[in-house]
Amino acid sequence: MSKFYTFRIKRYLPEESPSSRWDEFRIKLESMERVLDGLIKIKENLDGTLTFRKSCAHGVCGSCAMKINGLNRLACQTLVKDLPELIEIEPLPSLPVIKDLVVDMTLFFEKNDRVLPYLINDDPPPERERIQSQEDQHKILESITCIMCGSCTTSCPVFWADKEYLGPSALLKAYRFLFDTRDKATDSRLERITGEHGVWRCHSIFNCVEVCPKEIDITKHILKIKRLAVKKGFKGGD
Amino acid sequence: MEINKHYFDTVIIGSGLAGCRAAIECINTGSVAVLSKLYPTRSHSTAAQGGIGAALGNEEPDSPEWHTYDTVKGSDFLGDQDAIEIMCYDAIPTIIELEHMGVPFSRTPEGKIAQRRFGGHTRDFGAAPVRRACYSADRTGHAVLFALYEQCQLRGVRFFQEFQVLDIVVENNSVQGIIAVNIKDGSLHVFESKAVIIASGGYGKIFKVTSNAYASTGECLSMLFRQGLPLEDMEFFQFHPTGLYGLGILITEGARGEGGILINGKGERFMERYAPTIKDLAPRDMVSRAILTEIREGRGINGKDYVYLDLRHVDKKILEERLPEITTFSKIYMGIDPSEAPIPVVPTAHYAMGGIPTDIDGRVLKDVDGSVIYGLFAAGECACVSVHGANRLGCNSLLDTVVFGRRAGKTATQMLKDMQKGRVKKDRIDKTFEEIENLRNAKGKESIASIRKDLQTTMMDKCSVFRIEKELKELLVELEDLKTRFKEISLTDRSKTFNTELLEAIELSHMITLSEVVAQSALVRTESRGAHCREDYPNRDDENWLKHTFAFKSDRGITFKYKPVKITRFKPEERKY
Repeated sequence: MSKFYTFRIKRYLPEESPSSRWDEFRIKLESMERVLDGLIKIKENLDGTLTFRKSCAHGVCGSCAMKINGLNRLACQTLVKDLPELIEIEPLPSLPVIKDLVVDMTLFFEKNDRVLPYLINDDPPPERERIQSQEDQHKILESITCIMCGSCTTSCPVFWADKEYLGPSALLKAYRFLFDTRDKATDSRLERITGEHGVWRCHSIFNCVEVCPKEIDITKHILKIKRLAVKKGFKGGD
Repeated sequence: MEINKHYFDTVIIGSGLAGCRAAIECINTGSVAVLSKLYPTRSHSTAAQGGIGAALGNEEPDSPEWHTYDTVKGSDFLGDQDAIEIMCYDAIPTIIELEHMGVPFSRTPEGKIAQRRFGGHTRDFGAAPVRRACYSADRTGHAVLFALYEQCQLRGVRFFQEFQVLDIVVENNSVQGIIAVNIKDGSLHVFESKAVIIASGGYGKIFKVTSNAYASTGECLSMLFRQGLPLEDMEFFQFHPTGLYGLGILITEGARGEGGILINGKGERFMERYAPTIKDLAPRDMVSRAILTEIREGRGINGKDYVYLDLRHVDKKILEERLPEITTFSKIYMGIDPSEAPIPVVPTAHYAMGGIPTDIDGRVLKDVDGSVIYGLFAAGECACVSVHGANRLGCNSLLDTVVFGRRAGKTATQMLKDMQKGRVKKDRIDKTFEEIENLRNAKGKESIASIRKDLQTTMMDKCSVFRIEKELKELLVELEDLKTRFKEISLTDRSKTFNTELLEAIELSHMITLSEVVAQSALVRTESRGAHCREDYPNRDDENWLKHTFAFKSDRGITFKYKPVKITRFKPEERKY
């Protein structure tokens, strides 16, 4: 079943104007089509200057996160049938906009770099794989599904107020290694994330959980980090 | 025009599995830059689902020899057996190394890397399916890509993200470097280097229905072809049997590995007729043909153009733990819970077996005699070693990327001390600049979207699973027309900032070139082998066609040369499962 939708899109074309504006496009879409399909149709048929990121188009690469009717979501994973006729689209909040729906994610990725985002284990590796029980692997199962789309961190009020705050995505990355039984850098990683702009800043507002396209309970993971930090004697930075 | 010049000993194009694995090898010797047109972890490797093959024998007895045999047979005997043997034996240390680097593999009850069944992978030379695919639920590509990218970060590899390569400069039989544009601000960058490793992935976007990402457009292959270098075995393009109906989104072969079956409109498990021994776990070329044959003969679901993948009988716990991603895809995009209803599926363009010809160390070949371009390497889907021959087995692509990504990186590193620093000449830069400026300001009457749609539609209609001379000839005429239309292209976005319309125009131009090579290669190969099925030549013809196709650009259009297949242990035999 197809239907007309109005896409109201926040535009920013820096070479045309220093200020942003809202444009409206009316397009016909099938009910099972995605917001991304709508954006592509607009770009192809109505306005070739409309700019957004895209790649896999099925929720695994994390390119097309944007604010759709007030919530950060992946355009490729949001079906128009689940939205009202008026679809309002903005870039992810609180990051500098490069053009239209494309934001500069440098700040977001840099946070990740601060948590030692790699497995550290200097023990000589065994001849075969390191043994890890299914139970232990399950501890990190949810956290490894993160696609780093940026929906969570840019929806976090603490991040809006404190751009130095590590934010949910980087903390989830820290969790992924802190709770991986093969990793040996617990203390140095905790050291890095328990400072003034670290894990204690999370006030369990749950915005991140609400928007995560992979349905990761990020707040639960952050709470576990806090518990581990307390156990290991790392105090709050506030 | 301001040019930003860079020098790195090794420049790697692409940040998927092959690119990242090569970078890890190169970073200890000399400087390394990795360019990606996306943010690195958005590379399409991340979409690989089901597994990575290695005869670890963690779940049941297995051997690299069986893996070699299966891959040779899966390739319909077109794969080079020396390369296949290297891959299958290297597989074991390679997977162990990935585990040590942090890949969060799913585990057996004993805590070892878990393994499952996959199409065409058998024990005892074809006796029965074997558990060989190492996996991390159905997000294996994502798990491996993140671990490799993280290791690159740990080792200090420099990434240039959202940089689009415009030209790979080969002069005097050596690579000199590359020319790229920074998508963010439109600035032009020249990277001179001693070595260039191309790891740019596939080009499934030339087809209308594909599992591939929007970024999978194959421009690096076309860049080499246009300057006279060959592309190998381009007629072999894999259609994955189970793409979500209407969308082409991949549903992993692991779904059948975990017990899923295909059923037709009469409720029959039709693969029993096509591959009596391993049934639904037959190689992809056979299953895709079987599905389309059922549909053609009126046995699609309700006579329509799809069949069902049935997972209703599979333990719910297995769906939740080992196939969570495809369960979610079915729910989101089809409104179907696979534990309650079967999934409508249809073959989807998935993987290019052909590509940039290389030797077993990733060196790019310039001719069928094995001569190479100095300093130029390729690995992963963009390359053709050839380990996949006429048909790739599932879970051998991730393996190929890491095994040959590492080998290419290692060889580049060993050669650095003997290699000259490349030099990209000004006239080449000027030419590239002029081309991109002309495109940016193009004011014709044709839209990118309409040319692209026509290209993808005609490639799907005339050059996908079944091919026939008449249609291929029609296709080539249509491609000529599309080339003419492309000259009349029009852009509306004339800005330098994040101009995705310009990028799409660049990609489209290369997609047309590649489509021509695919179609022409498909026309000349008058036999059926692996994924290349000619309805007018239904049989495999070893006498005339047990050889690799090398397509060259020339003044007379595309010309062909042939390279013999390396056969060591396994003599060609009838391919039955």
